Amino acid sequence: MEKDVRKTVAFLVIISFLVFSFCFSLVPIYNSICRTTGWTGKVNLTPAQQKGSLAPILNRSLTMQFVATNNQDLPWDFYPQKSSIEIHPEENNRMLFYVKNKTQKTMTVQAIPSITPWQAAKHLHKIECFCFTQQTLKAGESLAMPVVFRIDRDIPGDIKTITLAYTLFDVTQQEKRKAQ
Amino acid sequence: MTHAQMKPQGFIAWISRWLFTTNHKDIGTLYLTFSLTMFFVGGIMALIIRTKLAQPGETWIAPNTYNEVVTLHGLVMIFGAIMPAFVGLANWMLPLMLGASDMALPRLNNWSFWILPFAMSIMLGSLFLPGGGPNFGWTMYAPLSTTFAPPSTDFLIVAIHLLGISSIMGAINIIATVLNCRAPGMTVMKMPIFAWSWLVTAFLLIGAMPFLAGTVTMMLFDRNFGTSFFNAAGGGDPLLYQHAFWSFGHPEVYVMILPGFGIISEVIPAFSRKKLFGYNFMVYAISAIAFLSFVVWGHHMFTTGIALKAQLFFMYTTMLIAVPTGIKVFNWVATMFRGAMTFETPMLFALAFIFLFTIGGFSGLMLAIVPADIQYHHTYFVVAHFHYVLVAGALFSIMSGVYFWLPKWTGHYYNEKLGKLHFWISFISINATFFPMHFLGLGGMPRRIADYALPYAHVNFFCSIWAFIFGISQLLFVYNIYSSIRGGKKAPDRVWEGATGLEWTVPSPAPYHTFATPPKIA
Repeated sequence: MEKDVRKTVAFLVIISFLVFSFCFSLVPIYNSICRTTGWTGKVNLTPAQQKGSLAPILNRSLTMQFVATNNQDLPWDFYPQKSSIEIHPEENNRMLFYVKNKTQKTMTVQAIPSITPWQAAKHLHKIECFCFTQQTLKAGESLAMPVVFRIDRDIPGDIKTITLAYTLFDVTQQEKRKAQ
Repeated sequence: MTHAQMKPQGFIAWISRWLFTTNHKDIGTLYLTFSLTMFFVGGIMALIIRTKLAQPGETWIAPNTYNEVVTLHGLVMIFGAIMPAFVGLANWMLPLMLGASDMALPRLNNWSFWILPFAMSIMLGSLFLPGGGPNFGWTMYAPLSTTFAPPSTDFLIVAIHLLGISSIMGAINIIATVLNCRAPGMTVMKMPIFAWSWLVTAFLLIGAMPFLAGTVTMMLFDRNFGTSFFNAAGGGDPLLYQHAFWSFGHPEVYVMILPGFGIISEVIPAFSRKKLFGYNFMVYAISAIAFLSFVVWGHHMFTTGIALKAQLFFMYTTMLIAVPTGIKVFNWVATMFRGAMTFETPMLFALAFIFLFTIGGFSGLMLAIVPADIQYHHTYFVVAHFHYVLVAGALFSIMSGVYFWLPKWTGHYYNEKLGKLHFWISFISINATFFPMHFLGLGGMPRRIADYALPYAHVNFFCSIWAFIFGISQLLFVYNIYSSIRGGKKAPDRVWEGATGLEWTVPSPAPYHTFATPPKIA
């Protein structure tokens, strides 16, 4: 009996540790599910190739909307050049977002994108985006930040409007901590 | 409490006897006493909440204090009252039911209990730290618990780690006991149903508690070491917290009810003087519920914007749980059918359990329907639902079990009249407290907020009055236990006429050491 108990306990302890580590593996699993399916509207944060190899499909157009939000009363100006534009699949488009640090101190921000409807997320390819990096602006400084993107030809036919939303987060504290 | 002849006298001896004991009966008593204490601590918090809500507007406690009390009420009741009570019952009864001389790992057993008081002190102590106690609800959602939480949250995280370690060790011990220490001849399908329910529960704990430990560890890292598990700015996702938390949280819900199912499945046959109807199906149903509990966590997150397909999946799997649960309810009813029933206090609590848990189950089904849940989410309807399953469900099953086994522990019957009085006051006041909350919720009163709109005032006042009656009537329970320890009608070995099982073959009170040589099972 002693030996059986020891076997059971060893088995259960191993299971406990496996569950504990599985909890951490949830992070990469979750992120890869989100990125591949786009269920949460998450966008791939790595740059896509420079140019689409295919010609733009001019007889189909989509409305692309841009939304800029500040997280938690961040005292910055943040807005897109236009709130919406007409685009075609496989066409490279460019949009500018303006930011201005309205505070008296240097701050670092990070923009986090999100796509609605989520079905469009995997068809959006960003060639250049200010969300790939963080922005550090001195007091009162302003900046025009470009995003260059392409919607591919596989975008489902029932999608007529796509919203690309950015939320601007203040990461000054985290960056300071990292620098130390 | 039963071997006065063999211990040295004096205070130090008394302390060290309880501190170093490895006897399953002692540890069971410790667990149950601890749980009863925490039941009152959490109960006082509940009454503070109800006092605050008795009338609308700014009253005697600040909204943040209210939030702290709500958070701690949930954590204390779950980790301090309900779970230790079930573990205590398991400690006391499993070796007796299985014909084992003790739990498989007595030393570990002592350790898993003695972690608890320290963990709970750390948790309760966080209320008095500078910056205030944890104030984000027992679910500890990020970023409320990471970016915006008071410094005392780190204490809460440590406490939860300790509680988790205690639960995991307890679960390992129970599984080792049930699998290895049964009397010769007792096959798994001959085990008492209470042992089965605890075996499955212990596996749920092993599958769920390390998950909570991992989740709060990530929280700790986010708070103190600059990681971004749940921080969108750093590439993390607050929604991931909810996935991780409810992957633990939903099995946890069943950890708090499956042992209750086990107790009810012992009590109903005893007082119906019939065998449990459909034993095999009861076992399958418990296992099916346990399995399903791991795949339904998303029903807590219908309003977070998870994908439609995921919502459908979680809706259907959640509704599927009603099938095994229904099997259990029907089997209990079938056990009573044409039985020679008597209605002693344990039976009354068991009957109330079936009634009220079914109501809680039905409101659970309503909440499982996605379009309806979007309406009910974060209202008092949810509060009514989970108090029906946890107070009228889990707590009533514990009370049923305590009254059922108390004569076996103390050697005396409790006061039956007082027990019945306790039951009826509890039954009426619990319904009067929580049933109106369904209507408050349907009327749109949001939960977790210290204030509410005027139209809800009368119903809230009504709930508060009955909550106090429920709270105070629990003193009857304490008195009844106390008086049964002190004396009362002597209980025979077989305390209840219709009770079957090995625990009724040992004398009452159960001697300090039982089944030194395992009994033979035919």
